[in-house]
Amino acid sequence: MIEEIKLKTPLDDQSVERLKSGDRVLLSGYVFSARDSAHKRLVDLLDKGEQLPFDIKGQVIYFVGPTPARPGRPIGSAGPTTSSRMDKYSPRLIAQGLKGMIGKGFRSPEVIETMKKYTCVYFAAVGGAGALLAQRIMESKIVAYEDLGPEAIRRLKLDNFPVIVVNDCRGNDLYKEGVKKYARNT
Amino acid sequence: MKEVRVEDIIRGVKDLCISANYELERDVMAAFEKARETEESPTGKEIFNQLIENAEVAQKELIPLCQDTGFAVCFVELGDDVRVVGGNLIQAINEGVRQGYQEGYLRKSICNPFTRKNTGDNTPAVIHVKLVPGDKLKIVIAPKGGGSENMSRATMLKPSDGVEGIKEFVVNRVQESGANPCPPIVVGVGIGGTLEKAALLAKESLIRPLGKPNPDPEIAQLEKELLSKINDLGIGPQGLGGRITALAVHVEVHPCHIASLPIAVNINCHSHRHKEVVF
Repeated sequence: MIEEIKLKTPLDDQSVERLKSGDRVLLSGYVFSARDSAHKRLVDLLDKGEQLPFDIKGQVIYFVGPTPARPGRPIGSAGPTTSSRMDKYSPRLIAQGLKGMIGKGFRSPEVIETMKKYTCVYFAAVGGAGALLAQRIMESKIVAYEDLGPEAIRRLKLDNFPVIVVNDCRGNDLYKEGVKKYARNT
Repeated sequence: MKEVRVEDIIRGVKDLCISANYELERDVMAAFEKARETEESPTGKEIFNQLIENAEVAQKELIPLCQDTGFAVCFVELGDDVRVVGGNLIQAINEGVRQGYQEGYLRKSICNPFTRKNTGDNTPAVIHVKLVPGDKLKIVIAPKGGGSENMSRATMLKPSDGVEGIKEFVVNRVQESGANPCPPIVVGVGIGGTLEKAALLAKESLIRPLGKPNPDPEIAQLEKELLSKINDLGIGPQGLGGRITALAVHVEVHPCHIASLPIAVNINCHSHRHKEVVF
């Protein structure tokens, strides 16, 4: 059995520095959901010199657009979406104090460099395990951009949400290391 | 002449949209169970555990398998001796999609490509109709996720690129896709025809039962070889390294122009969703 690290949000530099690529983490506490359209709006606000709709310092953003919740449930299916679509926007948010991101798939060299500079971590959750992951989300509340529907920004309360550290704040990349280990040269 | 009422088509399509998003196909579950045994990476094994548990939770707790409940891609085989009564076939399918995505608590993911404004009901569906002999109407719904669709590509190879060029294109496409299309993936390949025919063949190959070989032994051999090359890439479940990158490769072939060698790769995520109804 691989050891799991229990971690609570918000994160600070110290807690991010302790994480290394390949670590299995159970994340608890509040995170914010945001995907394509919400990221565009957040960065537009920064461009105009305006305030973000939530204080981003120390926070974690989960790239997710859930299915509608059934009555009595906090959320519907809620697995990660492809992170690279947020690569254009993430460096701006990291520079504002964002400490972690949850998604799936590789990040651009620019994002990885910015994560090193500002001490930020990138986690992967299992893509396509939205039913399983939804059971680790205890609350969901829309905090901005309700008009975006599934793309609205929600504050989610996680309880032992399973993720894996892909990019730590030292530039290590589990996607590269893991694949190298199992690749066969034919 | 057999008559099929639009009310039945609407109900049928609605039910397919819902069941495809909540119930993992048995052949996919069997493939996960087998892969969990053969996967050498401990992380990979754990991912198969989570995918199996995810399918169980989805059905028991009524939560869609994935939050991306997809574009409703629809393959129709309309028999020459079938008459749709009470309305129009395409409108009925779209109405079924609308009702299924609403009543099934499925995500509406379809938007205007420029303004990005959501259409609000997951329509219009993408519908392919084939006229076939007989008195049956078959409808397949294959909800297609954006993450895997985005990793798909079509190109026009030169005839001189040959089968080696085909293999290189398919394997490179999977390699460049890495973790994005949610491996372990199913790789659909369309070879020949025209640009759109190759893309359609690639998509259509994905509704074949998982891992069922092409009836042409030479093409079946190509599928086997491609699967082996893809699994040698080491991408593994979720791209975190491992032996199982793809569960299957499905290839479909059509004659092409003497000047061309069209090829398309359409990647499906591990949920490999498709359900059918026959009237």
